Amino acid sequence: MNKILEKKVLAPTLKQIVVNAPLIARKAKAGQFVILRVHERGERFPLTIADYDREKGTITLIFQEVGASTKLLGNLEVGDVILDLVGPLGKATKHPHAKRVVCIGGGVGVAPVYPEAKELYENGVEVISIIGARNKDLLFYVDEMKKVSKELYITTDDGSAGRKGFVTDALKDLILSGMEIDCVIAIGPMPMMKAVSNLTKEYGIYTIVSLNSLMVDGTGMCGGCRVTIGNEVKFACIDGPAFEAHSIDFDEQMRRLRMYQEEEKLVDCKCGEAEKNVEN
Amino acid sequence: MSRTKKHPMPCQPVEERIKNFSEVALGYDEQTAIAEAKRCIQCKNPRCVQGCPVGIDIPQFIQKIAEGDFESSIEILKSKNSLPAICGRVCPQEDQCEKLCVVGIKNEPVAIGRLERFVADWERVNVKPKGKQVTEGKKVAVVGSGPAGLTCAGELAKMGYKVTIFEAFHQPGGVLMYGIPEFRLPKKIVEEEINSLLDLGVELKTNVVIGQTITIEELFAEGYEAVFIGSGAGLPYFLNIPGENLNGVYSANEFLTRVNLMRAYLHPDWHTPIKVGKKVAVVGAGNVAMDAARTAKRLGAEEVYIVYRRSEEEMPAREEEVHHAKEEGIIFKLLTNPVEILGNEEGWVTGLKCIKMELGEPDSSGRRRPIPVEGSEFQLDVDGVIIAVGQGPNPLIPRSTPSLETSKWGNIIADEMTGKTSMEGVFAGGDVVTGAATVIKAMGAGKNAAIAIDQYLKNKG
Repeated sequence: MNKILEKKVLAPTLKQIVVNAPLIARKAKAGQFVILRVHERGERFPLTIADYDREKGTITLIFQEVGASTKLLGNLEVGDVILDLVGPLGKATKHPHAKRVVCIGGGVGVAPVYPEAKELYENGVEVISIIGARNKDLLFYVDEMKKVSKELYITTDDGSAGRKGFVTDALKDLILSGMEIDCVIAIGPMPMMKAVSNLTKEYGIYTIVSLNSLMVDGTGMCGGCRVTIGNEVKFACIDGPAFEAHSIDFDEQMRRLRMYQEEEKLVDCKCGEAEKNVEN
Repeated sequence: MSRTKKHPMPCQPVEERIKNFSEVALGYDEQTAIAEAKRCIQCKNPRCVQGCPVGIDIPQFIQKIAEGDFESSIEILKSKNSLPAICGRVCPQEDQCEKLCVVGIKNEPVAIGRLERFVADWERVNVKPKGKQVTEGKKVAVVGSGPAGLTCAGELAKMGYKVTIFEAFHQPGGVLMYGIPEFRLPKKIVEEEINSLLDLGVELKTNVVIGQTITIEELFAEGYEAVFIGSGAGLPYFLNIPGENLNGVYSANEFLTRVNLMRAYLHPDWHTPIKVGKKVAVVGAGNVAMDAARTAKRLGAEEVYIVYRRSEEEMPAREEEVHHAKEEGIIFKLLTNPVEILGNEEGWVTGLKCIKMELGEPDSSGRRRPIPVEGSEFQLDVDGVIIAVGQGPNPLIPRSTPSLETSKWGNIIADEMTGKTSMEGVFAGGDVVTGAATVIKAMGAGKNAAIAIDQYLKNKG
C-alpha cells in the first residue's frame, strides 16, 4: 500500500506520482482528494486526486513543491512508500445538467480540473478547456486535456506559449464571441478563482470552484478549513471542496491561507535526508 | 497521615509544569498505594461498584493492593476494564465510583482512581506483554478506535471473534490521542495500553474513513457479520457570532489535534504549526475548555481566559481540572458571554466583545438560565480565541448510510443497553449515540455492545 509506482518531473518543481492505493482508487470521483503524511514528524496535507485507475488500483497525484511537506513528497522515488495516505475525502463535484462546460485550470490547478473535464467528456458534455501557467515550462497535461476537450486554449503570463495573458482573458474572449456557456469550472490559485468568479458573475454564468483550504484531519472534525458561503459557514473537507463560486468569501479564504506563513518558513525539510519508508 | 483524607497525589510544581507538557500528577508510590488501599473498609455490599460503568470489582482489586499482591490486583482490574491506566487518570471518579464510597460519607472517599492508576502503571513496568494472540471466529468490524471501539473490540476478541478496527486517523485512540493533552494523559501510556489490547488478537486498520473509503454496507459485503460504530462526537460547534473565521480563531478540536496528535508544541521539528497569541480567550467551561486553556498556557500565552456564560457552580469541567487550571494562572471570566470576535485590517483577532450575564430561572436542564445584562458590553483584548462549546456527531457515516436512523442532532439512534441500531447487525455506542460524554461511559457502551453482538451472532447461527 501507498507505494510510489511511477514518478515524472513535469517541471523543476512540479511532480507527478502514481501511487498504489486500491481502496482509494476503487471509490475516487472527480473533485475528491486525499490527505497525506510523508514521515513521522510530518504534517497532514491535502492533494486532489488528479486521476485514478480502478483496475490497477492506482491514483495519480500532481503537486508543486511549495513548502516542506510537498518537498518531502517530491523527494520520494519510485519504490518508496508514503507513510500515511487517506481518502477519497470530500464530496464528488456535483455538475449541473449542462450541454457545454468551460473547464479552467490555472498553474497546478490543471491537475484537479482534469478529472472534472474527463468525467464531463465521458458523460457526453461538450468541454471547452482553458489552461494557464506563468510560462510554457510550467504547462502540463496539454495532451490529456486536449483528449477530453472539444477546444483547448492555452494562456501564459509571459506569452511563451499560447495567448499572452491570464485564463480570464481567454474566458472573456469566449464569452464575448457569443459562445453559450452553461457552466464554468475553475480550479487554481485563489486569486485566479476569484477573478474567474467575478467575471462570470457579471455575465450570470453558473460557476464552480474547488477550494484549497488549509486542512488537518480532512474528515470534518476540526473546522480548520471553514469557509463562508453566503451567510453560512461550511467545512471545505466534508461539504466541499467544490462550491458554487458566486457566494464564496474569497478574501476570507485568501486570508486564512496566509495564517501560518511565518511558521512554514521555520520548517527545515532536510530534503537531502528525507526519511524514507520502504514497504516490507 | 490522617485517615480521614485521601493520600495526596504528588504533582509537578506549578512553576515548572506550565513550561512543559509532562504529566502533572505523578502517581502514588508503593507505600502510599498500600496505605491508601487500607482505607477501604471492604464493604459486603460495595456501593462503589454500582458507580463504575464497567462494573470493576473495586473492593477486591483494592484488597490485593493492600496485601502488596499487585499482580493479582491488575488481573482483577483487567477482567473488567481493558484500559485501566487511562481510566485511572481521566475518569470523573467523584461522580462515579468514589461518589458512592461509604468512607466518603463522613470522610474523603477512598482514592479508587489513583489506586487503579497505580496498579496499571505498576503492570506496564513490571509485567512483560504476552505477545499477540490469534483469533479465528466470525468477522466483526469496529468503526473508530476511541474508548468505545477499543473496549468493544477487546471484549469481542476475548470471546474469540476476529475483530478489525477501522480508524480514520493515522494513529488509534480517538480522543485519548488527539483530545486529552499529554500533561493529563501521556501518549506513550495510551499507545502501550492500546498495544496490549491489540495483542488480544485485534487487527487495526488506520487511514480508513468509514463512509468515504468504505461504507457500512460494503463491510457486510466483505464478510463482516456485525458492525460496531464508535465514531464519537468529533464535529465542533461554533458560536455563530461575527468574526469567527478571523485568523487566530480555533475550534478546541483543531487546537488540541494540532498540539496532541500532530505535536505542534515541538514545531518546527515536527512540521505542523500552531499559532498561539499572547492573550488567549477560551470560550466554554468543560474539560475540553480546561485542556485548551492549560495547553495555551504551556505554549507560552501570557494571559489565558476562560470565558463562560454561567457561574462556577454550573461549570461542567471536573473539579480537579478547574483546580489545576486555577493553580496554573488561568483567569476565569464567568457570567460572561462573547457576542463578537474583533479583528484588524489584516484579518487577525484583536479582541473579544462580551456581555455580562446574570442567572435567571432554571431552564429545562435544571440549570439557571443566563440572561444578558443590558448595556454591560465590554472588550477583552486578546489575540487568540479557542471555541470549546461542545461537539456533535460526525456526519460522514449517517450521510453514507441512509438506512441508519439518526436523531435530529445527527446522533445514531441505538438501544441504551445493547447498542442495537435500526440496521440489522449494526450496533453503536459512545459519543456518537449519547453526544459528548465521558471516556468510561463510552467504554461501558462498547462493552455492552460486545455482549449484544455475541448474542446476535449466536442467535444468527
